[in-house]
Amino acid sequence: MIRYAIQRFLGAIPTLLILIALAFIMIRVAPGGPFDAEKQLLPEIEANLRAAYHLDEPLVQQFGRYLYALIQGDFGPSFQYRDHTVTELIMDGFPVSLRLGGLAMLLALIVGVSLGTLAAFRQNTPTDYTVMGVAMTGISIPNFVMAPLMILLFAVYLKWLPAGGLGDGGIANLVLPVIALALPQIAYVARLTRGSMIEVLRSNFIRTASAQGLPMRTVIVQHALKPALLPVISYIGPATAAIITGSVVIEQIFGVPGLGRYFVQGALNRDYTLVMGVVVFYGVLIISFNFLVDLLYGWLDPRVKY
Amino acid sequence: MLLSVLAACGTPDSTDHTSRLLRGNGAEPESLDPHAVRSEAAGNILRDIGEGLVSFTADGRIVAGVAESWTISPDGLEYEFLLRPDARWSNGDPITADDFVYSFRRLADPGTAAFYASLLGAIVNAEAITRGEMPPERLAVTVLDDGRLHIRLKQATAYFLQLLSFPSTYPVHRDSVERYGTDFARPGRLLSNGAYRLQERVVGSHVKLTRNPFYWNDAQTRIDEVIFYALPDNMAELLRFRAGELDITSAIPAGSFARLNRDMPALLRVAPYLATYYLGFNLHREPFAGNRSLRRALSLAIDREVITQRVLGNGEQPAYSWTPPGINGYLPPPVGYEQWPPGQRLAEARRLYREAGYGPENGPEMELRFNTSEAHQRIAVAVQAMWKEALGLEVTLVQEEFRVMLQKIRGGQVNGLFRSSWIADYDDPLTFAEVLASDSATNMTGYNNPEYDSLLEKAAQEHNATKRYALLEKAEALAMEDVPLIPVYHYVSKHLVASRVGGWQDHALDYHMSKDLFLIPEGDGRQ
Repeated sequence: MIRYAIQRFLGAIPTLLILIALAFIMIRVAPGGPFDAEKQLLPEIEANLRAAYHLDEPLVQQFGRYLYALIQGDFGPSFQYRDHTVTELIMDGFPVSLRLGGLAMLLALIVGVSLGTLAAFRQNTPTDYTVMGVAMTGISIPNFVMAPLMILLFAVYLKWLPAGGLGDGGIANLVLPVIALALPQIAYVARLTRGSMIEVLRSNFIRTASAQGLPMRTVIVQHALKPALLPVISYIGPATAAIITGSVVIEQIFGVPGLGRYFVQGALNRDYTLVMGVVVFYGVLIISFNFLVDLLYGWLDPRVKY
Repeated sequence: MLLSVLAACGTPDSTDHTSRLLRGNGAEPESLDPHAVRSEAAGNILRDIGEGLVSFTADGRIVAGVAESWTISPDGLEYEFLLRPDARWSNGDPITADDFVYSFRRLADPGTAAFYASLLGAIVNAEAITRGEMPPERLAVTVLDDGRLHIRLKQATAYFLQLLSFPSTYPVHRDSVERYGTDFARPGRLLSNGAYRLQERVVGSHVKLTRNPFYWNDAQTRIDEVIFYALPDNMAELLRFRAGELDITSAIPAGSFARLNRDMPALLRVAPYLATYYLGFNLHREPFAGNRSLRRALSLAIDREVITQRVLGNGEQPAYSWTPPGINGYLPPPVGYEQWPPGQRLAEARRLYREAGYGPENGPEMELRFNTSEAHQRIAVAVQAMWKEALGLEVTLVQEEFRVMLQKIRGGQVNGLFRSSWIADYDDPLTFAEVLASDSATNMTGYNNPEYDSLLEKAAQEHNATKRYALLEKAEALAMEDVPLIPVYHYVSKHLVASRVGGWQDHALDYHMSKDLFLIPEGDGRQ
């Protein structure tokens, strides 16, 4: 087990290095630079800016400088938000995204697994069709349509909830963005659960359990649920990494200061260090969550041994 | 005193007692260091928390700021400013001439790498300092005594006072900058000198300002607290406004004008804005290099009224001149065909097109490039259809990400035309005229007419305002005759302003300082 963990950790280092090198090259290959605007800067001012951010150095030297700082946990200064470091921006934005994304994922798991199990148990009945129909709709309607509609209904017309912002940090401000984030996830989780639950319910050990006269509730909760969750678990590992690093759509529509917009705005602004920072951060999270998922597999599936 | 009491009761109910203005502010401000910014979002906040030597009224006239008076020498080169004795920083420290010397040097200093270092270009030695050829101490801004500042220009600059109301020329507090370096503009550190001071900043969410009791004119400030929300999505901003969570929006969503004008006409504030949307020719390349007839034909074949009324429909004005009308009293010279009926314009366009050597069967191969946006696309499609119908010309539309397109334009790689726009930096026609100078960094078409350059040079030497405008008019008439670009429309600024907000006035540069506004008590004025 410990040996396995160490192996995985060592294996992650080259992956990260490749990720860093690719991101470093790709953002610089993108045409246009961080200081371009319709109002072109005077050449001397642009030169000063490039010097201030070491962009006048050879690429290899820039990369070395970046890696050296990164090892010390320093993502460098942001090109766009000139009085903030990338580390600060990530550390300010991540807790917000983590809270929204974590709650959304939790909601998605509880609601999605329950609905999926219900649908599987009532396979090919109106209940099943309703649940799966709603799930399909949830997957198909994009966030940028659903979120404004929710605001229009609950904030503008009914005035039950605030339209956006984090307010004083109260729960009311979280309701709409968490639901908007969770909806498509609920749909995915429900579909995955239903699919694998149907298979598990048909397998021999469930038939045996039922034949022994165990009540259906016990069969599902104690025997069927764990193996049925395996595909869900492999899905939610990377999905959690994605959702807790924020969603640009949800953040812009609800005016929430999370991490998500840095992926998009950083790239559009050619904020080299910010893009690098969020990519590396996201990469580390993905690697960690995949590792956690593998550990969970060992617990859920008796056939998996490390 | 009142302030601390109000700050103490942090319950949501306190909104009812504190006067608090909630403003949508578009993009996230990149910084609040006046020397590190260039966005409108940052400018809006800086104008609330800072003040330059001069300031402006709600409708845009220059008035005294930190300087209570000034004298200008007859040759227009020497400026002497008398600072108010009661001008203070937000911690109560007095503002002295030294503060301005320090700040102007910092702005020019190449080490600061300020976007707007060029604002000081008119001052003796400023350009050499920014190029790194001279130490900042050589800048011709000097202290006469604590309350008197002297600035020497290398040539008379009619709009110099305008520049001194621009946020990049606001003073920065020397001790804070030296103590905290580039991080001085943070809450708890930033000392400023405007009607408000920085209370809180959450990147990606909002900036909260509170009244600055040390502001020299604090008695006139009527709103205690201002929150600027970063809301880059206009639709989200509109929803916040409709839910009563905003008093002022930074814009309105594309295509929503007609609906808003029907649903809440009293709250919609549309005003001329000093900016021009244009299609630029790449004059470095075929087919436009040296082919004025073709450029003119394409310009004539665009029906601006259709674009402003049918495609945009927000009250934009059709543009025939480069400079928008009414920029500090300047009227752009007529180009001649504004008043022509559409038939006459089309006939002339076809004649010029043939004269250029083209016809419906043999059109030039070219593309129209625009950066990704629904509005740009709609205009490009309309223009494409107009050229097709009028001249039989087939133009290829190319949509590109903004910075990719900018790089192609600057590399002279655009094979045809590109869309762009120009927004006035200050309220003087030169802010437009200088774009077309052959040595201008912002001249994206490659227009190079020595006669135009020399007219601008003459205008720069001219002290008489009327004669100066006449020279600029002559230069513009010349450029419009050459058609280096096709002006399409002049912008309007568009805001939703809640009915509880008083004091709002149209401003040609779209600046609206919170200190000029007030809240009308009684009831919730929003819809």
